[in-house]
Amino acid sequence: MNSNIVIAVVVSAIAFGTPLVLAGLGELLAERSGVLNLGVEGMMLMGAVTAFFVSQKTHGSTALVLLLAVLASMGAGVAMALIHAFLSITIRVNQIVSGLAVTIFAGIIGLSSYLGQVWNIGGVAGRHQFNGIDLFGLQNLPIVGPIIFNEDAFVYASWVLVLAVLYYLYRTRPGLYLRAVGENPAAADAMGINVTAYRYTHTLIGGAFAGLGGAYFTLALAPIWTDGLTAGFGWIAIALVIFAFWRPDLLVLGAYLFGVFSALGPTLETRGITVLPSEFYSALPFLMTVIALAAASTSWANRRVGTPASLGIPYTREEG
Amino acid sequence: MTGPLRLERRLDTPKWLKLAVPLVSIVLAAIIVGILLAATGHNPFSTYHQMYSASVTADGALTSTFVYATPMLFTGLCAAFAFRMRTFNIGGEGQLYMGAVGASAIGLVFGDWPRPLLIVAMVVGGALAGMLWACIPGLLRAYLRTNEILTSLMLNYVAGFFMYYLIYDSTSYWRDLTTPGASVFPTGKTLGANATWPGITIGSFTLPMGFVLGVGLAVGLLLLIRGTRYGFEMRVMGDSPQAANYAGIRTKRKIVSVMAISGGIAGIAGSSQIGDFGHVLDPRGLEQAQYGYTGIVVAALALYNPLAVVLVSLLIGGLTNAGFALEGPSFPTGLVGTMEGIILFTVLGGEILARYRIGLRHRAIAPASVGRAPATEMSS
Repeated sequence: MNSNIVIAVVVSAIAFGTPLVLAGLGELLAERSGVLNLGVEGMMLMGAVTAFFVSQKTHGSTALVLLLAVLASMGAGVAMALIHAFLSITIRVNQIVSGLAVTIFAGIIGLSSYLGQVWNIGGVAGRHQFNGIDLFGLQNLPIVGPIIFNEDAFVYASWVLVLAVLYYLYRTRPGLYLRAVGENPAAADAMGINVTAYRYTHTLIGGAFAGLGGAYFTLALAPIWTDGLTAGFGWIAIALVIFAFWRPDLLVLGAYLFGVFSALGPTLETRGITVLPSEFYSALPFLMTVIALAAASTSWANRRVGTPASLGIPYTREEG
Repeated sequence: MTGPLRLERRLDTPKWLKLAVPLVSIVLAAIIVGILLAATGHNPFSTYHQMYSASVTADGALTSTFVYATPMLFTGLCAAFAFRMRTFNIGGEGQLYMGAVGASAIGLVFGDWPRPLLIVAMVVGGALAGMLWACIPGLLRAYLRTNEILTSLMLNYVAGFFMYYLIYDSTSYWRDLTTPGASVFPTGKTLGANATWPGITIGSFTLPMGFVLGVGLAVGLLLLIRGTRYGFEMRVMGDSPQAANYAGIRTKRKIVSVMAISGGIAGIAGSSQIGDFGHVLDPRGLEQAQYGYTGIVVAALALYNPLAVVLVSLLIGGLTNAGFALEGPSFPTGLVGTMEGIILFTVLGGEILARYRIGLRHRAIAPASVGRAPATEMSS
């Protein structure tokens, strides 16, 4: 019984952690190039609403519809990221304000809600969704079966993406250039690296990842559209990048840890265990984020922090 | 290479441009929103006309525009004051919730106090609650250098759930447990008559006391920023934290106090929600209104100037009022946030562009001194 609960929490933690992994990886890439994007929550909501619209209104086999929905969500994320990139990179609006503006524009009372209503997709159950795959026929193995070998394609894709980002960042030349742009754009520029192009590219990739993170909500986690359904996950993803010290490997661990905090309440509640009020469990991920951020800024952690030195600072050759 | 466009900083921005840019930005935003409306099957002209009527000319429209503008005035000042020092307090939402919790507690406990005294106590109580809540990110920022943007934002969610707990999931002092049906449809206790703030009524128009208080606060903040040593130190810290350190400004204390003042202002927004309008702690209503986040829009559009916040709060208050009045299939709620976002984009972009001369990048490299203004300051 007790081990069942633990497995249930872990399985559910992976589900809640997956959008954090995806959106967090995207934010990590953008920040590594020196662009802080506070628009993640808005970009996720746009990804979620677009993916759900496509999955509801497109006809075809489930696999094809889901593929189109996923691509659409990435497109929506890229479109939002393009606004932020243009404002913050090209015309050098304060990145914090620009990112907040994107979240307000696309957020809970913004474009995502508007489109949800115009497209008339609110409150109805999804027609297609990602289901668990019995990977290698191993889903009945004890413990690891349900946790590792019975996830949906989205989760497996997120694992592949983590490895891809790790390889890209530390083992390829563009990855090295990316880190150079984030640490010292003037030096990178002198080396002949196109700083603007790197920043644009990685901000847009970040948008695509955030869109994917949003799509996970409406295509896998809970296939339904309601305004503001990402419920702060975009913000937790941004915080994750900080206390993962801008490292993809730690980011995954952090995302699943926060998945546990998010999963605890619903799992206990469905089993009738109500020791603490449900609001406490709902608030837990946010409280823990504050604590984790504080812990990551103590002097012990500060020695390890890999904040890209140019994060949030626009680059201009003339003034630099 | 930094792209095909070339931005060159203007030495000084001409006056006409300072006025023209916000106007052009808002017109541009209206055109973009019009295109969006037309693209989704609505007539932009009749929609704009309806909005104008619903926020200004219709019966009682102006009164309700002020109802929405009042909390935005406070949360706008909250953000404008903190952002001015580049302390990005985006926790106005949660600080407002805590202010409402504090002010309603005082209104309930001391319901038999004389009315003026009780009103002052509610303002102070809300402000204190907001201040304390804002001190958490403030202290973390000052002493651990923890990112205040994220911590203040996370605490919005925590405050929201706390409020829900008080009304929906506990037998707290705030909750009404006496009336029949109270266990099925949980509500907060309604405050007494003494805790109701007076408004100024002129004909059919009512000006809420909170708005008057907010205007007074805006003037006070402007004087604080422009005319005192405190404000001078704030501006130095905003422009250059290093310079502030060299100048011997106690930067840590300053961060905490700026966060506390900022949170206190948002707390008064909560007091006003209880005293001016709701008279009951209503978690769902406060959460759906999103006044704290809208305050950031107001502050940014006002370019962090407290007096401009007063005007912009009326503009966005009117927009929100129109949004709720027209809410329905032809005017979804999401349109309000979409419009706010587009206005933000054009105004933010326009404000920056006004400071630069824009040209196409030329290949030829001119000698460094060509085109620069003579360095007159140096010659004396």
